[in-house]
Amino acid sequence: MRGRRLWAWLALILGMIYFALPLIGTLEFSLRMRRGEYSLDAYRVILSDPHFHATFGFSVLMALGTIVLGVLLVVPTAYWVRLRLPRWRPVIEFLTLLPLVIPPIVVVFGYIRLYNTSSWLPLTGSVGGTNLLLLFGYTVLALPYMYRAVDTGLRSLDVATLTEAAQSLGAGWITILWRVILPNVLVAILSGAFLTFAIVIGEFVLAALLNRPAFGPFMQLIGANRAYEPAALAVIAFAITWLCMGLIQLVTRFQKHTQIRQR
Amino acid sequence: MSSKSGLSWLGIVPFLLFALLFLLLPTMNIVVGAFRNQAGAFTLENITNLFQPSILSAYWISIRISVASALLGCLIGFAMAAAMVLGGVPGWVRGPLLTFSGVASNFAGVPLAFAFLATLGRLGLVTVLLREWLGVNIYAWGFNILSFWGLTLTYLFFQIPLMILIITPALDGLRREWKEAASILGASNAQYWYLVALPILWPSLLGTFALLFANAFGAVATAYALTGSSLSIVPIMLFAQIRGDVLQDPHLGYAMAFGMIVITGVANLIYIGMRMRSERWMR
Repeated sequence: MRGRRLWAWLALILGMIYFALPLIGTLEFSLRMRRGEYSLDAYRVILSDPHFHATFGFSVLMALGTIVLGVLLVVPTAYWVRLRLPRWRPVIEFLTLLPLVIPPIVVVFGYIRLYNTSSWLPLTGSVGGTNLLLLFGYTVLALPYMYRAVDTGLRSLDVATLTEAAQSLGAGWITILWRVILPNVLVAILSGAFLTFAIVIGEFVLAALLNRPAFGPFMQLIGANRAYEPAALAVIAFAITWLCMGLIQLVTRFQKHTQIRQR
Repeated sequence: MSSKSGLSWLGIVPFLLFALLFLLLPTMNIVVGAFRNQAGAFTLENITNLFQPSILSAYWISIRISVASALLGCLIGFAMAAAMVLGGVPGWVRGPLLTFSGVASNFAGVPLAFAFLATLGRLGLVTVLLREWLGVNIYAWGFNILSFWGLTLTYLFFQIPLMILIITPALDGLRREWKEAASILGASNAQYWYLVALPILWPSLLGTFALLFANAFGAVATAYALTGSSLSIVPIMLFAQIRGDVLQDPHLGYAMAFGMIVITGVANLIYIGMRMRSERWMR
């Protein structure tokens, strides 16, 4: 018994050292810009870089757009499949899992081929069109997480009864979705949304290949040309990921409390 | 209401249309392109052209990195998850470890590459400390962060947490009664693991291995930010091909992408199949 606990601690501590070292190393490196002393110079340089503001803002907008489009696409579909088309469930689930199977680089390769300037839908011909294509690509990437989250949220609801109750009170489909279903799966949507945000904000491949000024390609460019600033960027990116995951924990805990209160 | 039921499939048309336009058709386009020549006729030549030394070696090193990082990720992740669930450590370890795993498994791409450069690069913290404190110069020993082991070590940062997240529910599902029943029947601890626990966990282990493999095989951003184009692995080669047709044969590019789909597709099918099998024990 004692021996087993010793091995358990050993495994955990060795693992934690492996995970802690790169984080400490990055933090330390990011502070080393000024010779001979620790300073926040690297952060100052990055945060005052106009390209940082532009690309970060672009990626935040893209992430928010992805979340909105994802919700509009996933919530009505998951609801409708649960209510009316249970037979379609395997098909829809398969489709939402496909983005995990097909590497994103292949999907965007297909976009470039299919929607180039000489095609029937020349999306890459204009800035707006390319942005839209990037938004669609991000929505595809977010699909597995978003659908899983919303479908799990719907599972705990009695969708049919809620719908009938709303209908008997004279509600139309839009009202049902907006005022009955959406509030009930809000926590699920939020956890899907924060995960989507964390994925989109630093995404590199799609943005780089579609040539859009997003945060991921900006980070890569800084990494290729500077010494200390990349470490500062990594610390910032890690903080954002941490924040998103923390918010997911927070909203899930919040839901558990409200559920207990309801009982 | 029932009068509408014949048309109820209309409700999922927007989703199906979106999936068709931005997921299925683009992928099909690449797959079809892999089996066509410049004139548009059917051919297998692109596929056979994949079997040239430079492309084969790219696939080979990609597969080796993916296998190594998936295998080590599975072993270390399993050890950490088993220590947490079965090792008798206090309960407060669990929450932070799982939360951290959630963060780290999503911390991939460009920033992860920066973190490892700052740690194990030529001027990285660990490299410098090892040299100054222990007099060990790992670069003189042949280590390089821009190499097979460097990339594998970096990938482990998201592989291990993913393993912990997936295998923990499976370990939680091992019932105390099974262990008790085995020991009443006279089984030793080793026999219990060998004859009861591992056969139950086997589908989960194999499935997660396949998932981690696909995860590493498709990773582009981390590798690109870490090595630029100095290490010829499949995703980086494909990236360069899409940017500037470095193979000087667009259809060879499609064939390469097709090869990637086949490999990640098979790995994911194994994962999904194994997951369905393992869920039988989870009820």
